[in-house]
Amino acid sequence: MKNTSLIPVVLVGFLLFYASTDFPEWGDPQSPASSSPVSSHFIAKTGVDTEVPNMVTAVLADYRGFDTMLETVVVFIAGMAVLAILRNFSRKKPVKRGHEVSVEPDLIVTNTVRLVVPVIQIFSFYVLAHGHVSPGGGFQGGVLMGASFILIALSWDLERALTRFPINRCMVVAALGILLYAGIGVLSMALGGEFLDYAELEKVLPVSREMARYHAMLGVEIGVGFTVTAIMFALYANLSSRGRLEGGL
Amino acid sequence: MMENSIAWILLFPLFGAVLSSLLGMANRKVCWPIGVLSALGAFGAGIMTLIRVIDSPDHMVVYLFGGWTLDSFPRGVGIEFRADLLAILITLIVLGVGLCVAIYSKLPVEQETPEKEGFFYPLFLLQITGLAGICLTGDAFNLYVLIEVAALTGYGLIAMGSKRAAAATFNYVILGTIGASLYLLGVGYLYIKTGTLNMVGINEFIGATEGLKESPTMQVAFVLICLGILIKMAFFPLHAWLPNAYCHAPTATSCLLAPLVTKVMIYVMIRMVLTVFGVDFSFESTLWSSVLPWLVVIAIVSAAVMALAQREIKRMLTYLIVAEVGYMVGGVWIYNYYGMVGSIFHIISDACMTLCLFLGAGLILRKCKTTRFDGLRGLFSKMPLTMTGFFVGGFSIIGLPPTCGFFSKWYLITGAMVAERWEYMVALLFSTMVMVVLFFRLIERIHLAVNESGENLGKGHGDLGLTKEQTRFSEGPLTMLVPLLSAAAVVLAIGIYNQEFVDLIEIFLDPFDLPGEPLSK
Amino acid sequence: MFEDGLIFLNELFLERLNYVIYVVLLLIGLHAMIAKNNFIKKLIGMSIFQTAIILFYVSIGVKEGATIPIYLPEHDPHGEQAYATGGPEALTVEQVTSYANPLPHVLMLTAIVVGVATLGLALALCQKIYQGYGTVEEDELMAKLEKEDASSRKPKTHPAGKSSSKPEVSSRAKRSGTNSVGKTTAPQAKKSSGARKTKAPVKKATRKSDQKKGDSK
Repeated sequence: MKNTSLIPVVLVGFLLFYASTDFPEWGDPQSPASSSPVSSHFIAKTGVDTEVPNMVTAVLADYRGFDTMLETVVVFIAGMAVLAILRNFSRKKPVKRGHEVSVEPDLIVTNTVRLVVPVIQIFSFYVLAHGHVSPGGGFQGGVLMGASFILIALSWDLERALTRFPINRCMVVAALGILLYAGIGVLSMALGGEFLDYAELEKVLPVSREMARYHAMLGVEIGVGFTVTAIMFALYANLSSRGRLEGGL
Repeated sequence: MMENSIAWILLFPLFGAVLSSLLGMANRKVCWPIGVLSALGAFGAGIMTLIRVIDSPDHMVVYLFGGWTLDSFPRGVGIEFRADLLAILITLIVLGVGLCVAIYSKLPVEQETPEKEGFFYPLFLLQITGLAGICLTGDAFNLYVLIEVAALTGYGLIAMGSKRAAAATFNYVILGTIGASLYLLGVGYLYIKTGTLNMVGINEFIGATEGLKESPTMQVAFVLICLGILIKMAFFPLHAWLPNAYCHAPTATSCLLAPLVTKVMIYVMIRMVLTVFGVDFSFESTLWSSVLPWLVVIAIVSAAVMALAQREIKRMLTYLIVAEVGYMVGGVWIYNYYGMVGSIFHIISDACMTLCLFLGAGLILRKCKTTRFDGLRGLFSKMPLTMTGFFVGGFSIIGLPPTCGFFSKWYLITGAMVAERWEYMVALLFSTMVMVVLFFRLIERIHLAVNESGENLGKGHGDLGLTKEQTRFSEGPLTMLVPLLSAAAVVLAIGIYNQEFVDLIEIFLDPFDLPGEPLSK
Repeated sequence: MFEDGLIFLNELFLERLNYVIYVVLLLIGLHAMIAKNNFIKKLIGMSIFQTAIILFYVSIGVKEGATIPIYLPEHDPHGEQAYATGGPEALTVEQVTSYANPLPHVLMLTAIVVGVATLGLALALCQKIYQGYGTVEEDELMAKLEKEDASSRKPKTHPAGKSSSKPEVSSRAKRSGTNSVGKTTAPQAKKSSGARKTKAPVKKATRKSDQKKGDSK
């Protein structure tokens, strides 16, 4: 078994090495990927089209906004699927955990976490809202926010984190995030554009078409942040307790 | 509404999924109606798009997300959905099967995955979103994201069932991830050489650039993409994930996934061959086109033989899917006009007949608590409607005339003869023979009083040697029976109106100049 | 000939080191996914595999002499320059070459998220398998599954034909030479006790892996 599995690996490796001799020069500005009209358009016109200084954010949330919506949906699916796989409705009675020793949460750890968590959360808002002008955005902000809840669960126990953010509320927040994203898309459709054509939002926002795109992107990023926050914590809560949602690590 | 109908195909199930997950927490009873309604809405939007595609002069509806129109922005800046006739036909099949299974799923879900409706229906609807999106998208990377949407929901839906299903899903996750990642890598190779992700953009770049067709990167990109898709469609040596996953999945899940996932992946292959790489490159510049037809022969024969060895309906059907995948891949790679028509038509008909068979198998499982062959004796007198629906699907798989399976197989065999691919034709005929054996063996069990070892237990003339109670008329519930019978009706209808479908496919294939095209066109 | 080889190696390993590294990483990941016996190791392989592809895409985005794709103050649509000229202007061709290509980065953000989602789902599957079968080793699981499938394959009494099924069962039991009742109960009892026994030591290992995953997040 071990040796036969080497055959596909060697074959794929041969193919990939064969192809990599043909790639354009390393870092060549004239390579097709760097000089194509698409990437030139992104670099040259992002400011004109959307007024967002961070091209990555503009491409992510606006030019390829549909991709990003589906990506958020993928995160949502992961949360749903993990809950569906691990949750066992038929066996409600608590499982005895003989091997686990209950230890009082450590004083130093809990107090440090007490200090750190608010900072992390504020930083996550900063990362989310500042995604237009610096590296950051909905996914990064959402992961940070989720990490703050995971930190609470790690330093005390899962129940404490779950009283702050119950699993049902997680799924509601995640669904609301997608609803916000797709809702902005549908709103721009209702105002006469295509799906996710944020420029049409100028009819309801007191700004220009470009700034409408700018603001709609923020809304979209907030939606992404909601979903990612909730699902990251839901994944941790379910995986660390095998779907029982108690005790944890 | 009308001009956004393509977007609504995806948005109906998407919003349905979000709503059913939200409302499902409060009351699990509302999930099913939401699921059915949003599947219905998506189907309506699909019909509307089909009408628009047929009405438009070049048989194509292009939809640009985010308003990045082609006249003021370069192609590929935004994400493009292109609904040509092939895309919209396959989308309609996806949506139709989705609607059927949504109605059918009510009772099996309550029974097999109790209290999980709030998870089942969101995943179910997102699966439809993913599959329909795969058919419509015109962007190579967007296709990857949609493949992952479909794959992840598939994992969730299968693993939701028993622990055995979870064990089977793990293989699927590993192989599915390898497949999708190889596809992603292939798209990266295309991007490094062409600088765009738009399918039409890539095709135009390949046509316009000298020497690109011979470059190793393009060749490897083609192989990687094909390999990834072949894993995803369970082509024979790479099929290991499919039988266990579909066999142990909950009934409603296997009814949705079995007819659609493999067929949609074959659609992706046709899309890659025709639209992205172009006919010249795919068939004439690569080694692939001389190797693959022989692999197809091996695939068809061995999958048929393995199906013969199974003693349980669901398991047998999963191997039939693997054999059918071989048919369709072969139809594409014999490089012939009729083969391509047959392949596309077979996607449509195979989805319908596989749906029939799986819906029937689900009903049998519900009534008899088993799908093993030896538990089915005298079932016809007990549930005649179910068995009629089931055998319409079965006859279509064999390829008996009024059903759609006959016509698609007819085109495939014609293609094999015109292209002088005798080995492919022999494999097709051999597997047809095997399927005759498979289904007539079932008919023997179900209609006649023959037991496992071949003894005749009854006295003939309808006497099966069973007591009155055992053969009393007891059909399945209506929500399950109606989808089965309508699927069977669709199988017959597509067979009877096959010329209309073939006409649409011929309009689609017209610009590609495949060899063997009749001259009168 | 030797010279050519040196030039080739030089080109491959010095100028395209990233491409070489990504292929090596990808092969390590692929091999782990196919050959490893432990499910968690397979998933680690999966992560390496996906990361290799991300490295490849990011390598596409490299552009000599270019900075990150965020506008410098003089091109900022809300900067002083833009106010002076009455609004943001499109960049000239020379200015375009000074920014890296943003598209691969965007694509990889998507791929990373998909990777995280797949990993989370696969870990949940591992836990369910462990709950059900008490193992995450592939060969042990296969043995258990085979046993389970074999026991489910035995003909059960079915509604359509009670009278005929009974002799069938007994004839089968005679052929295999064992009492059918004893056969059905014995392996089940064995399995449950075996599962209980194996559970205790392996539990620690999975707890450790949980911890790792928690940390990485």
